[in-house]
Amino acid sequence: MPTFDLKDVDVRELNQALHDEASAGAEFKIINPNGKHSVAVGAMYSTQIDIEGHVGYYCAGMNQQATVTVHGNAGSGCAENMTSGQVRVKGNASQYCGATAHGGLLVVEGDTAARCGISMKGVDIVIGGSVGNMSAFMAQSGHLVICGDAGEALGDSMYEARIYVGGEVASLGADCIEKPIKSEHEAELKELLGQAGIDAGDISRFRRYGSARKLYNFNIDHAGEY
Amino acid sequence: MSDPEFKSRLRESATFPRHVIAEIQRAAREGIYDIRGFGAKRQVPDFDDLLFLGASMSRYPLEGYRERCDTSVTLGARFAKKPIELKIPITIAGMSFGALSSQAKESLGRGASIMGTSTTTGDGGMTPEERGHSDILVYQYLPSRYGMNPDDLRKADAIEVVVGQGAKPGGGGMLLGQKISDRVAEMRNLPKGIDQRSACRHPDWTGPDDLEIKIGELREITDWQVPIYVKVGATRTFFDVTLAVKAGADVVVVDGMQGGTAATQDVFIEHVGIPTLPAVRLAVEALKELDMHRKVQLIVSGGIRNGADTAKALALGADAVSIGTAAMIALGDNSPEHEAEYNKLGTSAGYYDDWQDGCDPSGISTQDPELAQRLDPELGGRRIANYLNCMTLETQTLARACGKSHVHNLEPEDMVALTVEAAAMAKIPLAGTSWIPGNGF
Repeated sequence: MPTFDLKDVDVRELNQALHDEASAGAEFKIINPNGKHSVAVGAMYSTQIDIEGHVGYYCAGMNQQATVTVHGNAGSGCAENMTSGQVRVKGNASQYCGATAHGGLLVVEGDTAARCGISMKGVDIVIGGSVGNMSAFMAQSGHLVICGDAGEALGDSMYEARIYVGGEVASLGADCIEKPIKSEHEAELKELLGQAGIDAGDISRFRRYGSARKLYNFNIDHAGEY
Repeated sequence: MSDPEFKSRLRESATFPRHVIAEIQRAAREGIYDIRGFGAKRQVPDFDDLLFLGASMSRYPLEGYRERCDTSVTLGARFAKKPIELKIPITIAGMSFGALSSQAKESLGRGASIMGTSTTTGDGGMTPEERGHSDILVYQYLPSRYGMNPDDLRKADAIEVVVGQGAKPGGGGMLLGQKISDRVAEMRNLPKGIDQRSACRHPDWTGPDDLEIKIGELREITDWQVPIYVKVGATRTFFDVTLAVKAGADVVVVDGMQGGTAATQDVFIEHVGIPTLPAVRLAVEALKELDMHRKVQLIVSGGIRNGADTAKALALGADAVSIGTAAMIALGDNSPEHEAEYNKLGTSAGYYDDWQDGCDPSGISTQDPELAQRLDPELGGRRIANYLNCMTLETQTLARACGKSHVHNLEPEDMVALTVEAAAMAKIPLAGTSWIPGNGF
């Protein structure tokens, strides 16, 4: 197993190795990340990457295919724009977690700060704890599961993404409404939690949120809602 | 009116001219602000307010058609392993597939490639046609991240982080539902037919300190191969350029308020931002203060129309210019050949600016397959190449007249200003004087 000690090795050397086709199928261990930025970004092969410690901004940014586990906390923009693979943060993640991500699975076992899943475009995000304000802002597609609470303006101006919340929602954003949970939604939620390996207990407490679709085409009579 | 002389007695109000009256009445009728394409239509101080001082007794001109006047430009050598090498100092600005038809995007790529220069993607991602027909393609990294993926990022020859654009600094965009075809909808991960909002700020960074980290991430993903540009709309240009350079940009793109847009509120287009003329000067001052002039390259856009504009921008210190609206016009936008159809749309050739509604008779700003197929990409590419060639020849003509063997050797000292406003904004002396307003006598 290649081990990169970021106390001695530059992030550049690590990322270059992850961009090498020879990394496919390999397992990488990264120690002493010490809050460094851009750790394991642009990984594009089915690589197992374990990061022992806390990372800075954009860890696992634009991830493709790789399975990245952060055994610590993650800074801003973790797994931004990921397209496939899986990213797991064992601790907490800062703001913009999973921003604009197109696919794959992002799991944060702890809490995230504001704007989790902002402008998400197909990714599945499962948060074991709570999320901050303006999460799922302009979320286009994919799923955001929040086992804890959601901050203010959840799902503001969202499109076709689906949000499940197990705890309290401080407030909903423009055009975001609660929708009934039917059996297919329960099954979907169970599957997402199962994929994420998160035991959320009794899922009957979860509520579903989505777009009212009133702001999809500009209407002057809705101007006050923007 | 029985008095045959009445017309001579009519006096139009300067405060309420006919177009203002029409807009008030339209607003009262429709209850929504005017959204349109094109750029600012108001008169602002521009490059026409500067003149070159051709060589005479104290300067030697170069011989036209004989003595070489180089036009090559290298962009992005600060950090990138593969800087951009252009044969001419004129590039094609970012315009999205979605706002423009695929035929128009392909035409721009073909024309730019013939001339050895770059073209640029836009909001909505990179199409295979555009990549395939563009020898040098700049990939825009926009707030919406529509179509953004690492595979396309790695196919790009440069990355342009768009912070703002001249037509609407501080504003996002809106691609109206009527232009959302199946293909556009799929590329943007949104349902067909809904208005697609392009965000006004990036989702995962705020401020210059974050931008530095973001640029670092993009460099890591692309293995430090390609240049990274930062594009800003012209407002607080001195500070914006300073911050962009400190954030690690290889190239800074400054887009003045005359820059075009596919769809923005008229009030935004006409009332936000500063003209290109002072923006160039402010950007160059920022680069010089950082000792980064010519080390970080400056591309200027916003109302560039011809070789004279190009030469004047370069003389003020830009490394290259970029054209958007002018390129669309070169492709056939607002051509009199479509006059009858423009009339049906309630407009006329020379006035058409409803690029947002998808009914463009020239097949450029549309996703209607029947309209789009009117534009032959090979012919469109030829038109773009011809136009770029003319602009380049004009630029060289002016540079040779000033005795310059490279267009980058043009300098502020080669020019005078025609108006006090232009003299103050460009810090070029008023013609016939040594006076630069603000610099004392």
